Amino acid sequence: MDYTDIIFLTATSLAKTIFLIFLVVLPMVSYTVYAERRVSALIQDRVGPNRTGFPLSLIGGKDWSPFLGGLGQPIADAVKFLLKEDFVPGHVNKLYFWIAPTLSMMPALVTLAAIPFGSTILGVPMVVANINVGLLFMFAISSVSVYGIVLAGWSSNSKYPFLGGIRSTSQMISYELCMGLSAVPVLLIAGSTSLPKIVEFQIHNGWMIFPFTNPHFHFSQFLLWVPIIIAFVTFTISMFAETNRLPFDLPESETELVAGYHTEYSSMKFALFFLGEYTAMIAGSALIVVLFFGGYHLPGIPNGNGEGGFIPFPHFATGTFLHAAVNVFWGLVNITVFFGKVAVLLLCFIWIRWTLPRFRYDQLMKLGWLYLFEIALVNIFLTAGILAFTH
Amino acid sequence: MAYVVQRPNLTWKEKMYLPSIVAGLAITFKHLKRMLKGETKVVMQYPEEKWDSHMPEHYRGAPTLVKDEHDRERCVACQLCEFICPPRAITIIPEEIPAESKFAKVEKRPKEFEIDMIRCIYCGLCEEVCPEQAIFLRKDYAITGTTRAEMKHDKAKLYELGGVMDGLVHKWNPKK
Repeated sequence: MDYTDIIFLTATSLAKTIFLIFLVVLPMVSYTVYAERRVSALIQDRVGPNRTGFPLSLIGGKDWSPFLGGLGQPIADAVKFLLKEDFVPGHVNKLYFWIAPTLSMMPALVTLAAIPFGSTILGVPMVVANINVGLLFMFAISSVSVYGIVLAGWSSNSKYPFLGGIRSTSQMISYELCMGLSAVPVLLIAGSTSLPKIVEFQIHNGWMIFPFTNPHFHFSQFLLWVPIIIAFVTFTISMFAETNRLPFDLPESETELVAGYHTEYSSMKFALFFLGEYTAMIAGSALIVVLFFGGYHLPGIPNGNGEGGFIPFPHFATGTFLHAAVNVFWGLVNITVFFGKVAVLLLCFIWIRWTLPRFRYDQLMKLGWLYLFEIALVNIFLTAGILAFTH
Repeated sequence: MAYVVQRPNLTWKEKMYLPSIVAGLAITFKHLKRMLKGETKVVMQYPEEKWDSHMPEHYRGAPTLVKDEHDRERCVACQLCEFICPPRAITIIPEEIPAESKFAKVEKRPKEFEIDMIRCIYCGLCEEVCPEQAIFLRKDYAITGTTRAEMKHDKAKLYELGGVMDGLVHKWNPKK
Protein backbone atom coordinates (compact mmCIF):
# COMPACT_ATOMS: atom_id res chain seq x y z
CA MET A 1 0.00 0.00 0.00
CA ASP A 2 1.25 3.38 -0.98
CA TYR A 3 1.92 6.19 1.49
CA THR A 4 -0.75 8.46 -0.07
CA ASP A 5 -3.24 5.58 0.00
CA ILE A 6 -2.82 5.25 3.74
CA ILE A 7 -3.35 8.97 4.26
CA PHE A 8 -6.41 8.88 1.99
CA LEU A 9 -7.85 5.88 3.81
CA THR A 10 -7.26 7.43 7.23
CA ALA A 11 -8.75 10.76 6.21
CA THR A 12 -11.87 9.26 4.61
CA SER A 13 -12.40 6.85 7.52
CA LEU A 14 -12.15 9.73 9.97
CA ALA A 15 -14.54 11.82 7.92
CA LYS A 16 -17.01 8.93 7.69
CA THR A 17 -16.77 8.23 11.42
CA ILE A 18 -17.39 11.85 12.31
CA PHE A 19 -20.26 12.08 9.85
CA LEU A 20 -21.84 8.85 11.06
CA ILE A 21 -21.44 9.36 14.80
CA PHE A 22 -21.87 13.08 15.28
CA LEU A 23 -24.12 14.07 12.41
CA VAL A 24 -26.32 11.02 12.10
CA VAL A 25 -26.36 8.60 15.00
CA LEU A 26 -26.17 10.88 18.04
CA PRO A 27 -28.90 13.27 16.78
CA MET A 28 -30.88 10.19 15.84
CA VAL A 29 -30.45 8.82 19.36
CA SER A 30 -31.76 11.98 20.96
CA TYR A 31 -34.68 12.20 18.59
CA THR A 32 -35.46 8.52 19.14
CA VAL A 33 -35.85 9.38 22.81
CA TYR A 34 -38.16 12.21 21.78
CA ALA A 35 -40.09 9.91 19.43
CA GLU A 36 -40.35 7.37 22.23
CA ARG A 37 -41.95 9.94 24.52
CA ARG A 38 -44.22 11.33 21.84
CA VAL A 39 -45.38 8.00 20.40
CA SER A 40 -45.93 6.48 23.83
CA ALA A 41 -48.04 9.51 24.69
CA LEU A 42 -50.10 9.15 21.52
CA ILE A 43 -50.61 5.45 22.16
CA GLN A 44 -51.79 6.17 25.70
CA ASP A 45 -54.11 9.00 24.61
CA ARG A 46 -51.86 11.70 26.04
CA VAL A 47 -50.15 14.63 24.35
CA GLY A 48 -46.51 14.22 25.32
CA PRO A 49 -43.75 16.85 25.33
CA ASN A 50 -45.11 19.42 22.88
CA ARG A 51 -43.84 22.66 24.40
CA THR A 52 -40.10 22.98 24.26
CA GLY A 53 -39.28 24.90 21.13
CA PHE A 54 -35.76 25.66 20.08
CA PRO A 55 -34.19 28.52 22.02
CA LEU A 56 -36.30 30.69 19.73
CA SER A 57 -38.71 31.27 22.58
CA LEU A 58 -35.96 33.35 24.21
CA ILE A 59 -35.80 35.77 21.28
CA GLY A 60 -39.50 36.26 20.76
CA GLY A 61 -40.55 33.01 19.09
CA LYS A 62 -42.85 32.30 22.01
CA ASP A 63 -45.99 32.66 19.92
CA TRP A 64 -45.09 30.10 17.32
CA SER A 65 -42.77 27.82 19.29
CA PRO A 66 -45.73 25.56 20.24
CA PHE A 67 -45.87 24.70 16.55
CA LEU A 68 -42.40 23.22 16.77
CA GLY A 69 -44.10 20.42 18.68
CA GLY A 70 -41.49 20.12 21.41
CA LEU A 71 -38.64 19.46 19.00
CA GLY A 72 -36.31 21.25 21.40
CA GLN A 73 -36.96 18.65 24.09
CA PRO A 74 -33.78 16.58 23.44
CA ILE A 75 -31.67 19.74 23.82
CA ALA A 76 -33.39 20.54 27.10
CA ASP A 77 -32.82 16.95 28.24
CA ALA A 78 -29.13 17.13 27.36
CA VAL A 79 -28.72 20.39 29.27
CA LYS A 80 -30.47 18.86 32.24
CA PHE A 81 -28.20 15.80 32.21
CA LEU A 82 -25.12 18.02 32.03
CA LEU A 83 -26.20 20.27 34.88
CA LYS A 84 -27.32 17.58 37.33
CA GLU A 85 -25.11 16.64 40.21
CA ASP A 86 -22.89 13.68 39.33
CA PHE A 87 -23.27 11.77 42.56
CA VAL A 88 -21.10 8.77 43.32
CA PRO A 89 -22.31 6.85 46.39
CA GLY A 90 -19.67 6.10 49.02
CA HIS A 91 -20.20 2.34 48.99
CA VAL A 92 -19.38 1.66 45.34
CA ASN A 93 -16.27 0.26 43.72
CA LYS A 94 -15.11 3.51 42.12
CA LEU A 95 -13.04 2.12 39.23
CA TYR A 96 -15.70 -0.21 37.83
CA PHE A 97 -18.43 2.27 38.65
CA TRP A 98 -16.74 4.75 36.33
CA ILE A 99 -15.91 2.23 33.60
CA ALA A 100 -19.38 0.68 33.37
CA PRO A 101 -21.28 3.51 31.62
CA THR A 102 -18.60 3.86 28.96
CA LEU A 103 -18.59 0.11 28.46
CA SER A 104 -22.28 0.15 27.69
CA MET A 105 -22.08 3.11 25.29
CA MET A 106 -18.87 2.35 23.37
CA PRO A 107 -19.63 -1.14 21.99
CA ALA A 108 -22.86 0.16 20.50
CA LEU A 109 -20.96 2.92 18.73
CA VAL A 110 -18.14 0.60 17.64
CA THR A 111 -20.53 -1.89 16.05
CA LEU A 112 -21.73 0.88 13.76
CA ALA A 113 -18.29 0.81 12.10
CA ALA A 114 -19.13 -2.34 10.16
CA ILE A 115 -22.54 -1.13 8.95
CA PRO A 116 -22.68 -0.13 5.26
CA PHE A 117 -24.92 2.91 5.62
CA GLY A 118 -24.71 4.01 1.98
CA SER A 119 -23.35 2.97 -1.38
CA THR A 120 -20.43 5.17 -2.43
CA ILE A 121 -19.73 8.87 -2.61
CA LEU A 122 -17.04 9.82 -5.16
CA GLY A 123 -15.88 6.21 -5.15
CA VAL A 124 -15.45 6.03 -1.38
CA PRO A 125 -17.56 3.19 0.05
CA MET A 126 -19.90 4.40 2.78
CA VAL A 127 -18.82 1.93 5.44
CA VAL A 128 -16.26 2.89 8.06
CA ALA A 129 -14.59 -0.52 8.24
CA ASN A 130 -15.12 -2.69 5.20
CA ILE A 131 -14.13 -5.98 6.84
CA ASN A 132 -15.02 -9.37 5.43
CA VAL A 133 -16.25 -10.67 8.80
CA GLY A 134 -18.53 -7.70 9.43
CA LEU A 135 -21.38 -9.71 10.92
CA LEU A 136 -19.14 -11.66 13.30
CA PHE A 137 -17.50 -8.37 14.30
CA MET A 138 -20.89 -6.92 15.16
CA PHE A 139 -21.88 -9.94 17.26
CA ALA A 140 -18.52 -9.97 19.02
CA ILE A 141 -18.51 -6.29 19.92
CA SER A 142 -22.18 -6.02 20.83
CA SER A 143 -21.75 -8.84 23.34
CA VAL A 144 -19.14 -6.68 25.11
CA SER A 145 -21.89 -4.29 26.11
CA VAL A 146 -23.12 -6.88 28.62
CA TYR A 147 -19.97 -6.12 30.62
CA GLY A 148 -21.12 -2.55 31.06
CA ILE A 149 -24.35 -3.71 32.63
CA VAL A 150 -22.77 -6.46 34.71
CA LEU A 151 -20.03 -4.16 36.01
CA ALA A 152 -22.61 -1.51 36.85
CA GLY A 153 -24.60 -4.10 38.77
CA TRP A 154 -21.61 -5.44 40.68
CA SER A 155 -19.77 -2.22 41.41
CA SER A 156 -22.89 -0.45 42.68
CA ASN A 157 -22.75 -2.71 45.75
CA SER A 158 -26.49 -2.59 46.23
CA LYS A 159 -29.11 -5.28 45.87
CA TYR A 160 -31.27 -4.04 42.99
CA PRO A 161 -28.44 -3.24 40.59
CA PHE A 162 -26.92 -6.58 41.51
CA LEU A 163 -30.10 -8.45 40.58
CA GLY A 164 -30.32 -6.45 37.37
CA GLY A 165 -26.74 -7.35 36.50
CA ILE A 166 -27.36 -11.05 37.09
CA ARG A 167 -30.49 -11.02 34.98
CA SER A 168 -28.78 -9.20 32.17
CA THR A 169 -25.90 -11.70 32.09
CA SER A 170 -28.10 -14.72 31.67
CA GLN A 171 -30.52 -12.99 29.33
CA MET A 172 -27.88 -11.63 26.99
CA ILE A 173 -25.90 -14.83 26.85
CA SER A 174 -28.97 -16.94 26.04
CA TYR A 175 -30.29 -14.61 23.40
CA GLU A 176 -26.94 -14.01 21.76
CA LEU A 177 -26.80 -17.68 20.76
CA CYS A 178 -30.22 -17.46 19.21
CA MET A 179 -29.36 -14.21 17.44
CA GLY A 180 -26.20 -15.65 15.91
CA LEU A 181 -27.99 -18.82 14.80
CA SER A 182 -30.91 -16.97 13.24
CA ALA A 183 -28.52 -14.88 11.15
CA VAL A 184 -26.91 -18.01 9.68
CA PRO A 185 -29.63 -18.65 7.04
CA VAL A 186 -28.95 -15.18 5.64
CA LEU A 187 -25.24 -15.98 5.47
CA LEU A 188 -25.98 -19.29 3.76
CA ILE A 189 -28.09 -17.58 1.13
CA ALA A 190 -25.82 -14.58 0.57
CA GLY A 191 -22.65 -16.67 0.86
CA SER A 192 -20.65 -14.06 2.75
CA THR A 193 -20.27 -12.54 6.22
CA SER A 194 -19.26 -9.20 4.78
CA LEU A 195 -22.14 -6.81 5.31
CA PRO A 196 -21.55 -4.75 2.11
CA LYS A 197 -21.52 -8.03 0.16
CA ILE A 198 -24.80 -9.11 1.78
CA VAL A 199 -26.34 -5.81 0.70
CA GLU A 200 -25.01 -6.23 -2.82
CA PHE A 201 -26.44 -9.73 -2.95
CA GLN A 202 -29.84 -8.31 -2.01
CA ILE A 203 -29.58 -5.60 -4.66
CA HIS A 204 -29.11 -8.26 -7.34
CA ASN A 205 -31.44 -10.93 -5.96
CA GLY A 206 -34.13 -8.94 -4.19
CA TRP A 207 -34.34 -8.07 -0.51
CA MET A 208 -34.30 -11.01 1.83
CA ILE A 209 -37.73 -10.27 3.28
CA PHE A 210 -39.23 -8.85 0.05
CA PRO A 211 -37.71 -10.89 -2.80
CA PHE A 212 -40.17 -9.20 -5.17
CA THR A 213 -37.84 -6.21 -5.49
CA ASN A 214 -35.88 -8.42 -7.84
CA PRO A 215 -37.14 -8.00 -11.43
CA HIS A 216 -35.99 -11.56 -12.23
CA PHE A 217 -38.02 -13.14 -9.46
CA HIS A 218 -37.64 -16.88 -9.38
CA PHE A 219 -39.66 -19.69 -7.82
CA SER A 220 -36.73 -20.93 -5.72
CA GLN A 221 -36.69 -17.60 -3.93
CA PHE A 222 -40.28 -18.17 -2.94
CA LEU A 223 -39.24 -21.44 -1.26
CA LEU A 224 -36.41 -19.67 0.53
CA TRP A 225 -38.84 -17.04 1.72
CA VAL A 226 -40.18 -19.37 4.45
CA PRO A 227 -36.88 -19.85 6.36
CA ILE A 228 -36.04 -16.18 5.86
CA ILE A 229 -39.25 -15.06 7.52
CA ILE A 230 -38.63 -17.47 10.40
CA ALA A 231 -35.07 -16.14 10.67
CA PHE A 232 -36.35 -12.57 10.57
CA VAL A 233 -38.82 -13.15 13.40
CA THR A 234 -36.33 -14.95 15.63
CA PHE A 235 -33.60 -12.44 14.86
CA THR A 236 -35.85 -9.49 15.69
CA ILE A 237 -37.02 -11.07 18.93
CA SER A 238 -33.43 -11.77 20.00
CA MET A 239 -32.51 -8.23 19.00
CA PHE A 240 -35.15 -6.93 21.39
CA ALA A 241 -33.71 -9.09 24.15
CA GLU A 242 -30.17 -8.06 23.26
CA THR A 243 -30.93 -4.34 23.48
CA ASN A 244 -32.91 -4.73 26.73
CA ARG A 245 -36.07 -3.38 25.19
CA LEU A 246 -39.47 -4.20 26.50
CA PRO A 247 -40.87 -6.93 26.60
CA PHE A 248 -37.37 -8.10 27.58
CA ASP A 249 -36.21 -5.25 29.81
CA LEU A 250 -35.67 -7.50 32.84
CA PRO A 251 -32.27 -5.99 33.77
CA GLU A 252 -34.00 -2.64 34.18
CA SER A 253 -37.57 -3.58 35.13
CA GLU A 254 -38.69 -0.52 37.07
CA THR A 255 -41.57 -2.25 38.78
CA GLU A 256 -39.37 -4.86 40.44
CA LEU A 257 -35.83 -3.52 40.62
CA VAL A 258 -36.27 0.27 40.96
CA ALA A 259 -34.17 0.95 37.86
CA GLY A 260 -32.12 -2.23 37.70
CA TYR A 261 -28.44 -1.91 36.98
CA HIS A 262 -28.38 1.88 36.84
CA THR A 263 -30.22 2.53 40.09
CA GLU A 264 -27.15 4.13 41.70
CA TYR A 265 -26.23 6.26 38.71
CA SER A 266 -27.01 9.90 38.16
CA SER A 267 -26.36 12.72 35.75
CA MET A 268 -24.15 12.05 32.73
CA LYS A 269 -23.26 8.51 33.81
CA PHE A 270 -26.92 7.58 33.76
CA ALA A 271 -27.27 9.42 30.46
CA LEU A 272 -24.52 7.23 29.00
CA PHE A 273 -26.46 4.07 29.90
CA PHE A 274 -29.57 5.61 28.48
CA LEU A 275 -27.91 6.73 25.25
CA GLY A 276 -26.06 3.41 25.04
CA GLU A 277 -29.38 1.58 25.05
CA TYR A 278 -30.73 3.73 22.24
CA THR A 279 -27.49 3.55 20.24
CA ALA A 280 -27.63 -0.23 20.56
CA MET A 281 -31.19 -0.04 19.31
CA ILE A 282 -30.06 1.95 16.27
CA ALA A 283 -27.17 -0.43 15.63
CA GLY A 284 -29.55 -3.39 15.95
CA SER A 285 -32.09 -1.86 13.58
CA ALA A 286 -29.29 -1.04 11.15
CA LEU A 287 -28.19 -4.68 11.26
CA ILE A 288 -31.75 -5.86 10.61
CA VAL A 289 -31.98 -3.43 7.68
CA VAL A 290 -28.68 -4.70 6.27
CA LEU A 291 -29.54 -8.37 6.69
CA PHE A 292 -33.20 -8.40 5.70
CA PHE A 293 -34.32 -5.12 4.18
CA GLY A 294 -31.71 -4.64 1.48
CA GLY A 295 -29.58 -2.02 3.23
CA TYR A 296 -29.47 1.27 1.34
CA HIS A 297 -31.22 -0.18 -1.70
CA LEU A 298 -34.61 1.01 -2.86
CA PRO A 299 -35.87 -0.21 -6.23
CA GLY A 300 -35.36 2.45 -8.88
CA ILE A 301 -32.77 4.50 -7.07
CA PRO A 302 -29.26 4.13 -8.51
CA ASN A 303 -26.20 3.73 -6.32
CA GLY A 304 -23.38 6.25 -5.90
CA ASN A 305 -21.88 5.27 -9.26
CA GLY A 306 -25.14 6.02 -11.06
CA GLU A 307 -25.76 2.32 -11.75
CA GLY A 308 -28.87 0.28 -11.33
CA GLY A 309 -31.67 2.83 -11.20
CA PHE A 310 -34.57 3.23 -13.56
CA ILE A 311 -35.80 6.64 -12.36
CA PRO A 312 -35.59 9.01 -15.34
CA PHE A 313 -32.88 11.52 -14.55
CA PRO A 314 -30.60 13.49 -16.90
CA HIS A 315 -27.33 11.70 -17.58
CA PHE A 316 -24.10 13.57 -18.09
CA ALA A 317 -20.86 12.55 -19.74
CA THR A 318 -18.46 10.68 -17.49
CA GLY A 319 -15.78 12.87 -15.92
CA THR A 320 -17.74 16.13 -15.98
CA PHE A 321 -18.58 18.02 -12.83
CA LEU A 322 -22.33 17.52 -13.25
CA HIS A 323 -21.86 13.77 -13.58
CA ALA A 324 -20.00 13.69 -10.27
CA ALA A 325 -22.58 15.98 -8.65
CA VAL A 326 -25.47 13.74 -9.71
CA ASN A 327 -23.66 10.69 -8.40
CA VAL A 328 -22.97 12.40 -5.07
CA PHE A 329 -26.67 13.25 -4.94
CA TRP A 330 -27.62 9.60 -5.46
CA GLY A 331 -25.05 8.58 -2.84
CA LEU A 332 -26.71 10.91 -0.34
CA VAL A 333 -30.14 9.60 -1.31
CA ASN A 334 -28.88 6.08 -0.57
CA ILE A 335 -27.77 7.16 2.91
CA THR A 336 -31.17 8.79 3.49
CA VAL A 337 -32.94 5.63 2.36
CA PHE A 338 -30.87 3.55 4.76
CA PHE A 339 -31.58 5.74 7.77
CA GLY A 340 -35.21 6.06 6.71
CA LYS A 341 -35.53 2.29 6.95
CA VAL A 342 -33.76 2.36 10.32
CA ALA A 343 -36.18 5.04 11.53
CA VAL A 344 -39.19 2.96 10.50
CA LEU A 345 -37.78 -0.02 12.41
CA LEU A 346 -37.14 2.18 15.45
CA LEU A 347 -40.77 3.30 15.37
CA CYS A 348 -41.76 -0.38 15.34
CA PHE A 349 -39.49 -0.94 18.36
CA ILE A 350 -41.26 1.89 20.17
CA TRP A 351 -44.68 0.67 19.10
CA ILE A 352 -43.97 -2.82 20.44
CA ARG A 353 -42.53 -1.45 23.66
CA TRP A 354 -45.72 0.43 24.47
CA THR A 355 -47.91 -2.53 23.60
CA LEU A 356 -46.48 -5.54 25.37
CA PRO A 357 -46.03 -6.12 29.09
CA ARG A 358 -42.77 -7.52 30.44
CA PHE A 359 -42.11 -11.27 30.44
CA ARG A 360 -41.66 -13.10 33.70
CA TYR A 361 -38.09 -14.26 34.18
CA ASP A 362 -38.77 -17.99 33.73
CA GLN A 363 -40.91 -17.28 30.67
CA LEU A 364 -38.02 -15.33 29.19
CA MET A 365 -35.56 -18.16 29.72
CA LYS A 366 -38.04 -20.75 28.46
CA LEU A 367 -38.74 -18.72 25.33
CA GLY A 368 -35.05 -18.27 24.65
CA TRP A 369 -33.78 -21.78 25.27
CA LEU A 370 -36.77 -24.00 24.50
CA TYR A 371 -38.31 -22.27 21.51
CA LEU A 372 -36.24 -19.64 19.76
CA PHE A 373 -32.97 -21.56 20.01
CA GLU A 374 -34.52 -24.72 18.54
CA ILE A 375 -36.40 -22.85 15.85
CA ALA A 376 -33.25 -21.02 14.79
CA LEU A 377 -31.26 -24.25 14.74
CA VAL A 378 -33.83 -26.16 12.69
CA ASN A 379 -34.16 -23.18 10.40
CA ILE A 380 -30.48 -23.45 9.45
CA PHE A 381 -30.98 -27.02 8.26
CA LEU A 382 -34.17 -26.05 6.48
CA THR A 383 -32.34 -23.30 4.61
CA ALA A 384 -29.43 -25.57 3.79
CA GLY A 385 -31.84 -28.24 2.52
CA ILE A 386 -33.72 -25.81 0.30
CA LEU A 387 -30.46 -24.38 -1.02
CA ALA A 388 -29.12 -27.88 -1.80
CA PHE A 389 -32.42 -28.81 -3.42
CA THR A 390 -32.75 -25.77 -5.67
CA HIS A 391 -29.12 -25.29 -6.76
CA MET B 1 -60.57 -24.34 52.65
CA ALA B 2 -57.66 -24.61 50.35
CA TYR B 3 -58.49 -25.44 46.79
CA VAL B 4 -56.46 -25.84 43.65
CA VAL B 5 -57.04 -23.52 40.75
CA GLN B 6 -56.87 -25.46 37.54
CA ARG B 7 -54.61 -23.84 34.99
CA PRO B 8 -56.48 -23.21 31.77
CA ASN B 9 -55.59 -25.55 28.94
CA LEU B 10 -54.17 -23.31 26.25
CA THR B 11 -54.45 -24.19 22.61
CA TRP B 12 -51.26 -24.19 20.58
CA LYS B 13 -52.36 -20.90 19.06
CA GLU B 14 -52.60 -19.29 22.48
CA LYS B 15 -49.30 -20.79 23.54
CA MET B 16 -47.58 -19.13 20.58
CA TYR B 17 -48.48 -15.65 21.97
CA LEU B 18 -48.16 -14.23 18.47
CA PRO B 19 -51.90 -13.78 17.69
CA SER B 20 -52.47 -11.93 20.95
CA ILE B 21 -49.36 -9.82 20.37
CA VAL B 22 -50.69 -8.84 16.95
CA ALA B 23 -54.08 -8.06 18.52
CA GLY B 24 -52.36 -5.86 21.10
CA LEU B 25 -50.40 -4.06 18.43
CA ALA B 26 -53.62 -3.41 16.56
CA ILE B 27 -55.20 -1.89 19.66
CA THR B 28 -52.29 0.47 20.33
CA PHE B 29 -52.17 1.40 16.66
CA LYS B 30 -55.87 2.23 16.76
CA HIS B 31 -55.26 4.59 19.67
CA LEU B 32 -52.31 6.17 17.87
CA LYS B 33 -54.40 6.69 14.74
CA ARG B 34 -57.32 8.18 16.63
CA MET B 35 -54.95 10.51 18.44
CA LEU B 36 -53.29 11.62 15.19
CA LYS B 37 -56.66 12.27 13.59
CA GLY B 38 -57.63 14.36 16.61
CA GLU B 39 -60.56 12.13 17.56
CA THR B 40 -59.35 11.54 21.09
CA LYS B 41 -60.30 14.15 23.65
CA VAL B 42 -57.20 15.26 25.50
CA VAL B 43 -56.63 17.56 28.45
CA MET B 44 -56.99 21.31 28.05
CA GLN B 45 -53.81 22.90 26.68
CA TYR B 46 -53.67 25.51 29.40
CA PRO B 47 -52.03 28.73 28.29
CA GLU B 48 -53.67 28.57 24.85
CA GLU B 49 -57.06 27.31 26.02
CA LYS B 50 -58.45 28.62 29.27
CA TRP B 51 -61.21 27.84 31.69
CA ASP B 52 -62.87 31.19 31.09
CA SER B 53 -65.74 30.01 28.91
CA HIS B 54 -66.38 26.95 31.07
CA MET B 55 -66.55 28.89 34.32
CA PRO B 56 -69.81 28.54 36.30
CA GLU B 57 -71.67 31.69 37.35
CA HIS B 58 -70.97 31.12 41.04
CA TYR B 59 -67.20 30.77 40.58
CA ARG B 60 -65.25 32.47 43.34
CA GLY B 61 -62.19 34.16 41.82
CA ALA B 62 -60.35 37.29 42.87
CA PRO B 63 -62.34 39.72 45.05
CA THR B 64 -62.87 43.09 43.36
CA LEU B 65 -64.55 46.43 44.05
CA VAL B 66 -67.27 47.69 41.75
CA LYS B 67 -68.75 51.08 40.88
CA ASP B 68 -72.41 51.76 40.23
CA GLU B 69 -73.95 53.11 37.06
CA HIS B 70 -73.30 56.74 38.14
CA ASP B 71 -69.58 56.07 38.53
CA ARG B 72 -69.84 56.20 42.30
CA GLU B 73 -67.73 53.81 44.29
CA ARG B 74 -70.23 51.64 46.07
CA CYS B 75 -67.98 50.97 49.01
CA VAL B 76 -68.87 53.15 52.00
CA ALA B 77 -65.86 52.04 54.06
CA CYS B 78 -67.97 50.35 56.75
CA GLN B 79 -65.07 47.88 57.21
CA LEU B 80 -67.36 44.87 57.76
CA CYS B 81 -65.37 42.90 55.20
CA GLU B 82 -62.15 43.82 56.92
CA PHE B 83 -63.50 42.46 60.21
CA ILE B 84 -65.00 39.26 58.81
CA CYS B 85 -62.08 38.35 56.53
CA PRO B 86 -60.75 35.06 58.04
CA PRO B 87 -57.11 35.45 56.93
CA ARG B 88 -57.22 39.23 57.47
CA ALA B 89 -56.30 39.99 53.90
CA ILE B 90 -58.28 43.24 53.68
CA THR B 91 -57.02 46.60 54.97
CA ILE B 92 -59.24 49.66 54.67
CA ILE B 93 -58.43 53.25 55.57
CA PRO B 94 -61.72 55.25 55.44
CA GLU B 95 -62.04 58.94 54.67
CA GLU B 96 -64.85 61.48 54.63
CA ILE B 97 -66.39 62.46 51.34
CA PRO B 98 -65.88 66.24 50.91
CA ALA B 99 -69.05 68.39 51.11
CA GLU B 100 -68.76 69.73 47.58
CA SER B 101 -68.93 66.21 46.12
CA LYS B 102 -72.03 65.00 44.29
CA PHE B 103 -72.16 62.02 46.64
CA ALA B 104 -71.66 64.01 49.87
CA LYS B 105 -74.61 62.43 51.64
CA VAL B 106 -72.90 59.03 51.50
CA GLU B 107 -70.44 60.51 54.04
CA LYS B 108 -67.67 57.89 53.87
CA ARG B 109 -65.53 56.22 51.25
CA PRO B 110 -62.34 54.18 51.40
CA LYS B 111 -59.17 56.24 51.11
CA GLU B 112 -57.21 53.10 50.67
CA PHE B 113 -58.55 49.61 50.10
CA GLU B 114 -55.99 46.84 49.96
CA ILE B 115 -56.45 43.11 49.50
CA ASP B 116 -53.39 40.99 50.02
CA MET B 117 -53.82 38.25 47.43
CA ILE B 118 -51.17 36.11 49.09
CA ARG B 119 -53.43 35.86 52.15
CA CYS B 120 -56.82 35.76 50.42
CA ILE B 121 -58.48 32.33 50.57
CA TYR B 122 -61.30 33.13 48.11
CA CYS B 123 -63.95 32.24 50.71
CA GLY B 124 -66.37 34.91 49.55
CA LEU B 125 -67.34 36.06 53.06
CA CYS B 126 -66.54 39.68 52.12
CA GLU B 127 -69.01 39.49 49.28
CA GLU B 128 -71.67 37.98 51.54
CA VAL B 129 -71.23 40.46 54.38
CA CYS B 130 -71.14 43.61 52.25
CA PRO B 131 -74.33 45.64 52.87
CA GLU B 132 -73.66 47.84 49.84
CA GLN B 133 -72.94 45.05 47.34
CA ALA B 134 -69.66 46.75 46.63
CA ILE B 135 -67.29 43.78 46.72
CA PHE B 136 -67.67 40.86 44.37
CA LEU B 137 -65.63 37.74 43.68
CA ARG B 138 -64.98 37.78 39.96
CA LYS B 139 -63.67 35.02 37.68
CA ASP B 140 -59.99 35.95 37.61
CA TYR B 141 -58.13 32.95 39.01
CA ALA B 142 -54.56 33.37 37.71
CA ILE B 143 -53.33 36.04 40.13
CA THR B 144 -49.57 36.14 39.77
CA GLY B 145 -46.78 38.49 40.64
CA THR B 146 -43.04 38.51 41.03
CA THR B 147 -42.94 40.45 44.32
CA ARG B 148 -45.02 40.55 47.49
CA ALA B 149 -45.84 44.19 46.82
CA GLU B 150 -47.25 43.25 43.44
CA MET B 151 -49.56 40.72 45.03
CA LYS B 152 -51.24 43.45 47.12
CA HIS B 153 -54.19 44.71 45.11
CA ASP B 154 -54.73 48.41 45.86
CA LYS B 155 -57.86 50.43 45.24
CA ALA B 156 -57.07 51.31 41.63
CA LYS B 157 -56.33 47.71 40.76
CA LEU B 158 -59.48 46.46 42.49
CA TYR B 159 -61.69 48.89 40.58
CA GLU B 160 -59.92 48.01 37.35
CA LEU B 161 -60.69 44.33 37.89
CA GLY B 162 -64.22 45.00 39.13
CA GLY B 163 -65.59 47.54 36.69
CA VAL B 164 -69.21 48.67 36.82
CA MET B 165 -72.03 46.60 38.25
CA ASP B 166 -75.74 47.35 38.59
CA GLY B 167 -76.96 46.21 41.95
CA LEU B 168 -80.11 46.00 43.99
CA VAL B 169 -79.07 48.70 46.42
CA HIS B 170 -80.52 51.99 45.30
CA LYS B 171 -80.59 53.94 48.53
CA TRP B 172 -77.89 56.39 47.39
CA ASN B 173 -79.51 56.94 44.04
CA PRO B 174 -80.56 60.63 44.03
CA LYS B 175 -83.54 59.92 41.76
CA LYS B 176 -85.08 57.28 43.97
